[in-house]
Amino acid sequence: MAVPYNTDYRQGRALLRGPRQWAGVAAMALLLLALPFAVPAFYVGEITFILIMSIASLGLMVLIGFTGQVSLGQAAFVAIGAYVHALLLAQGVPLVISLLLAGAASGLAGLLIGLPAIRVSGLHLAMVTLAFAIVTEHAIGRWKSLTGGHSGLAVPDPTLFGLSLGGTRAFYFLCLVVLVLVLLGLLNLMRSSIGRALIGVRDSEAAAHGLGIAVSRYKVLAFVISAAISGMAGGLLAHQNQFITPEGFGLSLSLQLVLMVFIGGLGSLRGAIFGAVLIGLLPSFISWIKPWLPARLGSSFGLELFVYGAVLTLFVLLEPRGLNGRWLKFKAFAISFPLYRKGTFRRTKAYMQSERYR
Amino acid sequence: MNELSTQVAQLALQGVSIGAIYSLVALGLVLSYKATEVLNFAHGDIVMLSAFLGWWLIADAGLSFWIALPSVVAVGAVFCYVLEARIMRRIVGQPQFAGVMLAIGIGFMIRGAVSMTFGPESRTYATPWTDQMLRFGGLVVGELNLVILAAALMVTALLFFFLRRTSLGVAVQAASQNQLAAYLSGVRVKRLNSLVWAISGGIAALCGLLLAPITLVDLGLWFVMLKALAALVLGGFGSVPGAIVGGLLLGLVEQFSGVYLPDGFKDVMPYLVLIGVLILRPHGLLGESHGRRV
Amino acid sequence: MSAPFFEVDHLSLSFGGVKAVRDVSFQVARGEVFAIIGPNGAGKTSLFNLITRVFESSGGDVRIEGTSIGRIARHDVVRHGVARTFQNIELFEGATVLDNLLLGRHRAPHGNFLAQLFNLPSVQRAETLTRERVEDVIGLLGLAPYRTHLVAGLPYGVRKVVELGRALAAEPKLLLLDEPASGLNPEETHELGYWIEDIQQELGITVVMVEHDMSLVSAVADRVLVMDQGQVLTIGSAAEVQSDPRVITAYLGA
Repeated sequence: MAVPYNTDYRQGRALLRGPRQWAGVAAMALLLLALPFAVPAFYVGEITFILIMSIASLGLMVLIGFTGQVSLGQAAFVAIGAYVHALLLAQGVPLVISLLLAGAASGLAGLLIGLPAIRVSGLHLAMVTLAFAIVTEHAIGRWKSLTGGHSGLAVPDPTLFGLSLGGTRAFYFLCLVVLVLVLLGLLNLMRSSIGRALIGVRDSEAAAHGLGIAVSRYKVLAFVISAAISGMAGGLLAHQNQFITPEGFGLSLSLQLVLMVFIGGLGSLRGAIFGAVLIGLLPSFISWIKPWLPARLGSSFGLELFVYGAVLTLFVLLEPRGLNGRWLKFKAFAISFPLYRKGTFRRTKAYMQSERYR
Repeated sequence: MNELSTQVAQLALQGVSIGAIYSLVALGLVLSYKATEVLNFAHGDIVMLSAFLGWWLIADAGLSFWIALPSVVAVGAVFCYVLEARIMRRIVGQPQFAGVMLAIGIGFMIRGAVSMTFGPESRTYATPWTDQMLRFGGLVVGELNLVILAAALMVTALLFFFLRRTSLGVAVQAASQNQLAAYLSGVRVKRLNSLVWAISGGIAALCGLLLAPITLVDLGLWFVMLKALAALVLGGFGSVPGAIVGGLLLGLVEQFSGVYLPDGFKDVMPYLVLIGVLILRPHGLLGESHGRRV
Repeated sequence: MSAPFFEVDHLSLSFGGVKAVRDVSFQVARGEVFAIIGPNGAGKTSLFNLITRVFESSGGDVRIEGTSIGRIARHDVVRHGVARTFQNIELFEGATVLDNLLLGRHRAPHGNFLAQLFNLPSVQRAETLTRERVEDVIGLLGLAPYRTHLVAGLPYGVRKVVELGRALAAEPKLLLLDEPASGLNPEETHELGYWIEDIQQELGITVVMVEHDMSLVSAVADRVLVMDQGQVLTIGSAAEVQSDPRVITAYLGA
């Protein structure tokens, strides 16, 4: 069991400590770089989808996991990012700028939605964000002149300096680069004062106020960051689908993202990615087991819903800390083996605490 | 002048009859929320499930409406009792978000199971009041709508009586305000919570049965819950009379906005109302306002 | 005559018909330990909540070093050098002890959003500085064994100390302690007394504390204010107050 021994305070903030962690990250990097060359194109596409979902999930994690603001309408931000990106590209704006502007547009939407939304909290916030998402989906559908309405909008191929990135492998790397950049940015934020302040807002607004944290401003900031990141994911998703309609960004996408964040493990960046992987792979998993099920049960739509529900229910009941929680438990087990005690993570009995008086 | 007032009256009548639906669904929802402070996101799915069960009993098995009604209501009640007792109870003490997630998960499972069992087509079935219209004073209203309105009022009255005048009802209110104190006063909180959920489930089942012939029996039925949420917010979250008032008002707002506002507003009106109310007056018309003591 | 270090001037608070705080006035000298005692419901915590702007006062003012802080925003209070602890601990449960303490120093500059996003050297320097200051607090309060523990699982006594440490990390001029000894055993209370003395003498921080434990109050307080039913009953030394017949009737018991 290696105990980190710091000789300098800067080491305390370091992202990677020690040769073992560096080796692990290097191995992961090699795997990700080699993947598109070793695996059939279909699977590369699937994994690219998961990369995009990871980005969107990271965005939502900032809002729900780190700042404690429940949002059931994240798909609205993904949608805005997707449409803005597609429209800007059609106007000839270069790829990177268009993507950044799409993120900015979503961020602006996050500001507009966040400013009123933060006046409420908890369940009310969940409902407001849900309502916003439904209204946004409707608005996109109705604004036919701009968005093509329900007939959809075609998305131009991504090109960088004249080279097309539309090919499966090239697009994979594009998404990977964006994911890594977003992840690094968030890692930096979370180990600095802004990230700490967001957690403070989540855990105790009263104490946060008393320490000089302007709670409302940080809640809005969380909305903006979260929306911007999910907006960029939306831009990438537009390329992935090559054709976007408002239905693709409806309630089901919002709920999928919430599932990713929750099942992955609230309050961890790692969890957002874990969640995206699990939920992203679920449809493939379901098609894989379909042959073994009786014909009528195999009606794809119902089965998917059922499995999503079952996975979510099981996680809430058995592992509310999500996949990240499982991972931490596993690490604790591995580190303290064979002295691991079963009660290490057990919670004490609790009574319902009324949240009405928050 | 008469033309306009007739139109207004007709719209108002339609608004109230549709609003009654929202009220009834909202009523079931507010009950389970008051007891356990968990918003049962699966409520809409129970409404939908009941509709499908009703179809199965009436259209498929050929039973009479009056036999199917109590059966489905009983199923709804028992289902929700077990749901609370065996599943929702396990997450007591965890933050509210966990309850929301669990309810969403259960809702997905119900929706998925119904879809797998019954398939995606829309169906309908006959009630004693289907296609019966009542005409008076130049106005038209479907008899089924009136029945729904009557049901809503009756359920409200029964609930009011139950919550205020019976000792069981008072115990329910006590447990919803301070669970620990209720325990210490000898109230069987766990059993009561399950009972309230059972009542909520029964109401949901009633909604599903009465609603389906109007909106058709299909998976989209669960959407009515979102409108019920808007009704709850409008009337005041956590308030039983608020659920009724909110539902009726919402129905009226919807109908009038469909005629007097530009095209497309009608569909999103409930959600705009929800957003507006939560931002401007979070405790709705009749709800309580809260603050935290530090 | 120069302005008093800290002054509460005819402060009042009414909720509906209830007058929780009625026309309370007192002054605290720099470097004092000032205790506020009184029966439950006397308005002591409401007073703290008024000073830290949790509640909006219905009259009166609060001044620190002559500057009025009675109408400022809630999150600006700590900028004027006033930090507090809470009656029911309000720690950041999902974070470690170290993170809680680092948050205590939030009001110090740590770089803007973009600088933090890119982890610029200026941000790294600010973080190191904050860490150094926080380690001083950890050293003073003996929290070193708990640095990387999540706050959620810690014993009650330790959590109280962490909250105290977090308030100290904010480098306040005035420290408001709301029932710091509640829930502590005699040993811990004794230790708390020593810490309050250290805070007063070594750190030069003025302390105002709401407290029920008369042994602690007698040991550390320079002056005591007695509140009853929202009003000031009397102000004096611990000994004077304990022998005052009005105080005995209202609070201490015969």
